[in-house]
Amino acid sequence: MKKETVKQILLHIGLICAALICVYPLSRIFTVSIRPGDRIISTDLALIPDQATFLSYIKLLKETYFLRWLYNSLVITAATSFIGVSLASTAAYAFSRFEFFGKRSAMIVLLATQMIPAGMLILPLFLMIMKLNLMNTYLGMIIAYSVSSLPFSIWILKGYYDTIPKSLEEAAMVDGTGHIGAFWKVILPLSTPALSIAFLFNFTAAWNEYLVARVVLFSSKQYTWTLGLFELQGQFITQWGMFAAGSMLVTVPVLLVFLYSSKWLVSGLTLGSVKG
Amino acid sequence: MASVNFKNIVKKYNDNLILDNVNLEIKDHEFVVVVGPSGCGKTTLLRLLAGLEEITSGDIEIDNIKVNDLPPSKREIAMVFQDYALYPHMTVRENMSFALKLKRFPKEEIEKRVKEAATILQLEKLLNRMPRQLSGGQRQRVAIGRAIVRKPKVFLFDEPLSNLDAKLREEMRIEIAKLYQNLNSTIVYVTHDQVEAMTLAGRIVVMNKGIVQQNGTPLDVYRKPQNAFVAGFIGSPTMNFLKGKIKFEGDFFYFENNDAKIFLPMFSFPEAEKYSGKEVILGIRPDDIVLDSAKIDHAHKLSAVVEVIELLGHRENIYLKMGEQRILAVGEAFGDLSPNAKAEFSLNYKNIHIFDAITEKRINP
Repeated sequence: MKKETVKQILLHIGLICAALICVYPLSRIFTVSIRPGDRIISTDLALIPDQATFLSYIKLLKETYFLRWLYNSLVITAATSFIGVSLASTAAYAFSRFEFFGKRSAMIVLLATQMIPAGMLILPLFLMIMKLNLMNTYLGMIIAYSVSSLPFSIWILKGYYDTIPKSLEEAAMVDGTGHIGAFWKVILPLSTPALSIAFLFNFTAAWNEYLVARVVLFSSKQYTWTLGLFELQGQFITQWGMFAAGSMLVTVPVLLVFLYSSKWLVSGLTLGSVKG
Repeated sequence: MASVNFKNIVKKYNDNLILDNVNLEIKDHEFVVVVGPSGCGKTTLLRLLAGLEEITSGDIEIDNIKVNDLPPSKREIAMVFQDYALYPHMTVRENMSFALKLKRFPKEEIEKRVKEAATILQLEKLLNRMPRQLSGGQRQRVAIGRAIVRKPKVFLFDEPLSNLDAKLREEMRIEIAKLYQNLNSTIVYVTHDQVEAMTLAGRIVVMNKGIVQQNGTPLDVYRKPQNAFVAGFIGSPTMNFLKGKIKFEGDFFYFENNDAKIFLPMFSFPEAEKYSGKEVILGIRPDDIVLDSAKIDHAHKLSAVVEVIELLGHRENIYLKMGEQRILAVGEAFGDLSPNAKAEFSLNYKNIHIFDAITEKRINP
């Protein structure tokens, strides 16, 4: 057998193992979500259990605020991602292209903020949001989430902008744009891979966040899905069927966003613009 | 089209002086090539004209209007970049029409201009391709096309051929020369390649260390270089330089050093008496070394040993060793000489260049 073929086979075995590790827990959750109520805690390994039913899904949608939680999460996450990426894209451009006092220090400070554990920020965030009178509001959550994901997005985008030749903007400026025009018409369209990554990062971080939501939101109707699902866990009994059904449903938006943005995640858009 | 005027231009980056009081007047319809080694400030000069850099002091005028404070978009110039700088997310057509769309030209006018430029540059079949689908030469043509469609006052070229291979460079050089004949516009062209400068320019500006060393027609710069730098930079193969003193002996002036004693007829250095006993640099181009025994000045011939012969096809480079001094001569291919043989030669006295050893300025006519 050729060396290349062996390499391919080994590579695929590795990839299949990794895929199984990723998919297995999800398959278990799916199984639990369609089990009838009396067989929730069964040791049966079948993917589709006997007497499979969508009762848990129906109960979740009918008996809880699940749709409302999903809506809350969507609003907060979409706004966070949009605001986060917008701010990061312009800030990163400034960091990438202009020289200004304190640039280096600011970049280091941004990086340093990423090293502080999220738990440590809970109290200051709580105090700030309370003083801004934004407790239990979308805006409070959006501000908290946007600022915490901003440094990472700025670093990602700055790194990407640095790889785009400056002559492209200069060509645009000679052609008749200003700095903002060159950014808008040339740099941003070329940065879709990095913007997609930043958006995806913001989206998943905000979508899955629990700790800050726990502190800022207190009325059941304002909950995000992470808090909502936690409500299904009672002191004596946990609604595992509904819990699993909820877990399955909340993966759908992330999956859709990922599938949509994946086509932008290809790099190499700048190929051919300059020499080579 | 328009004239361009650089007045006392100084450019500093922090404490580094990049351009030192540059004065340059470019007339309407003129093709000026700014040439010089890397870091001489030629690209900076072009970028200042484009408005991509700020002037430290001095004025730039386009069509007698001061443009110091105008952004690039308002200067009515078009620039072809060294790395082409095509917008990778746009097709060739979109690249070429980008500037016109920004200026809100009517669609028909845009289409007409793009078609015209595409015809001139043979890009008609490539209009719907993306830059990444083009070869180096095609990309360069698109970059030029993008400049043409705008019908600017001044075209700026920043080393446009430096990324192309030798053959393509030659082809594009001809294209650019043809383009100039067609457009007859004002062109400022920056290059470090003196062959490009000699072949394209109506006027050459030679720069070094941020200073304009000489400004003249290609022939002027080649035949009468004003200092040793220009003499060494322009011309291929490079000029031979010998350091020595002027000596008066038996009614004649000679150039003398440890390796050679070279006769200097009066017409080649009328001011020889003034420099008698002083250090000078003698420059002679390889083409002006006479090896043909029928043409040699036998009365004042020099002798050397052939070190190496490089055959270039139609001619050969002959490296001669005269004492410690190496001299390059150019001869017909497959000549009589062979390595280690003794060679006799004289100089073409009409084309001797003599420079002051201290100032390195030309001192003979």
